[in-house]
Amino acid sequence: MSATTEPPRPAPRAWTTRLRERWLEELPPEKLLPDGQPSYVSSWIYVLGVLSLSSLVVIIATGTILALKGPNWWHDTGLGHFFNSMHLWAVELFFFFMVVHLWGSFWTAAWRGGRRRVWMTGAVTFLIAIPCALTGYVSQQNFDSQWISTQAKDAMNSVGIGAFFNLMNFGQMYSYHVFLLPLAVVGIVGVHLLLVRKHGVVPPFERDLLAAVAAGSADADGTAAASPAVHTDGEQSA
Amino acid sequence: MMTRAQRAAEDERYRTWKGPYRPYDIIKEGTIAITVIAILVVVLAVFFSSPDERAVTVKQWARTMPVNFLQTAAGELDGTTETAIYGPPYNNYPNDVSKDSGAYDGLDDYTQHLWFIHLQAWLGVAHPINTAQDFVINPLRTMPQQPALQAAIDRYQAAPARQQQAWTVAYTSALNKAQLTASGAVSLPSGSYGPVSEMLGELLTFARAGGLDGAILNSSQLYQTDYTKALMFLADGNALAARAQAEHLLGNQWGMMNETGSYPGQVWLWLYTFWYQIRPFSTSTNADIDVMAIMTVLSLGLVLIPFIPGIRDIPRRIPLYRVIWRNHYRSLS
Repeated sequence: MSATTEPPRPAPRAWTTRLRERWLEELPPEKLLPDGQPSYVSSWIYVLGVLSLSSLVVIIATGTILALKGPNWWHDTGLGHFFNSMHLWAVELFFFFMVVHLWGSFWTAAWRGGRRRVWMTGAVTFLIAIPCALTGYVSQQNFDSQWISTQAKDAMNSVGIGAFFNLMNFGQMYSYHVFLLPLAVVGIVGVHLLLVRKHGVVPPFERDLLAAVAAGSADADGTAAASPAVHTDGEQSA
Repeated sequence: MMTRAQRAAEDERYRTWKGPYRPYDIIKEGTIAITVIAILVVVLAVFFSSPDERAVTVKQWARTMPVNFLQTAAGELDGTTETAIYGPPYNNYPNDVSKDSGAYDGLDDYTQHLWFIHLQAWLGVAHPINTAQDFVINPLRTMPQQPALQAAIDRYQAAPARQQQAWTVAYTSALNKAQLTASGAVSLPSGSYGPVSEMLGELLTFARAGGLDGAILNSSQLYQTDYTKALMFLADGNALAARAQAEHLLGNQWGMMNETGSYPGQVWLWLYTFWYQIRPFSTSTNADIDVMAIMTVLSLGLVLIPFIPGIRDIPRRIPLYRVIWRNHYRSLS
């Protein structure tokens, strides 16, 4: 095989080539790891997404250590109980930040401008995180687990889920909690983040557009008077 | 209300930001956020710890509430406890021969359903429990060295169902007049209890020694991960509920969204738990499936907000966005 000074390139029509080109088109490095942010992104509300993500990182880190050491460790040792406490509080923070993040996204109508999938993946993350937490509560092997599993079973059984999602089966719940549901949460969060990077943070409502809609004017068809926010020249500070 | 054309035009306008940018370091932001959260979590764990109350055992229950234990065991034997008549996924209701009339008649409503949708029944008996066998007879059969006990079990099993029921009914009634001796034994007035008194007396002794905790586990193997039977047996008695009431965990105390101690618990379940606090769900025999159906619809609604007319327009009608983007709007004026 002869050496060349240029890196070899795969055939242009190969699916790997098309996949890479599509990826670079949708998510170029300046979008994936940007060094500029639209000027309107200057509110505390924008911190909640990264705080939710950071809480998830701490949940996974503490959960990994709990999984490495095994169930007896968090009951019988002070250090194990401490890591169990950190895991619990990271979960509480995760839900708190995620819910406020969802509210912030709602009040800014963050699905505008082709961002519906960003909202939907965020909402699905919240919904998947609920059984993820529930399986954690029933995997603790303490009185809370006993009470929560025997109470919550009726809801599961009433819709038939109890036949294959048995809250009183520790082995099954632990598997759901440390593997299946976290995989789903991390997967959907990953998609959510890529969509956020691709579409960017939703711009503010434009006053002229709001006024046109309120007046029922046809100007809202995109030919409305120029908005300073949209048409102010500016370059990304890359 | 916006027209479809207006909405499409608006969508296009908000697709890309063409205004000014400010410097931003995403890696720096992520690093700072993770550090702050990690510190916050450590501080919360140091100051507030976490609840970890030991699980209730059958041994504890039999020692502290022996009469309730015997009442429950008698109910398991004659098939009258909650587990015995639960229906799928644990068993089939033995007397369910009627057709569902839609009205509550006590027989065809033993499984929850929504109109014609009987998911609970359709998924079948996935975790079979025979309360008499699993909670009483089989554990007692693990003691072959006690011939009197084994003879009592033989006599009970050989008797007709009507006779068995007469014994357990008499025994259960007598338990209302039971007295605890100084040694903790349960003393009953004499009556026609047949072999039931011998059987359940031995079961109580076995439970107090800790043997029953192991004998009612799901698998007879050394390794165990499924505690369905043990938890269902415990839940039929008062041991869990009494402690739960003391810990503000009952259903009418916002139930399982709380946890022991003064911890926040699963507060994100507030809306789910809320429905159980109000009529008709607080008194309905179909409450679980009704609440699950409501929450499924609401969850779908949450995901699909961008497509729901009216709901998706709330943010522009109630202008909280002016607070969020106040710096931006100020810069425009």
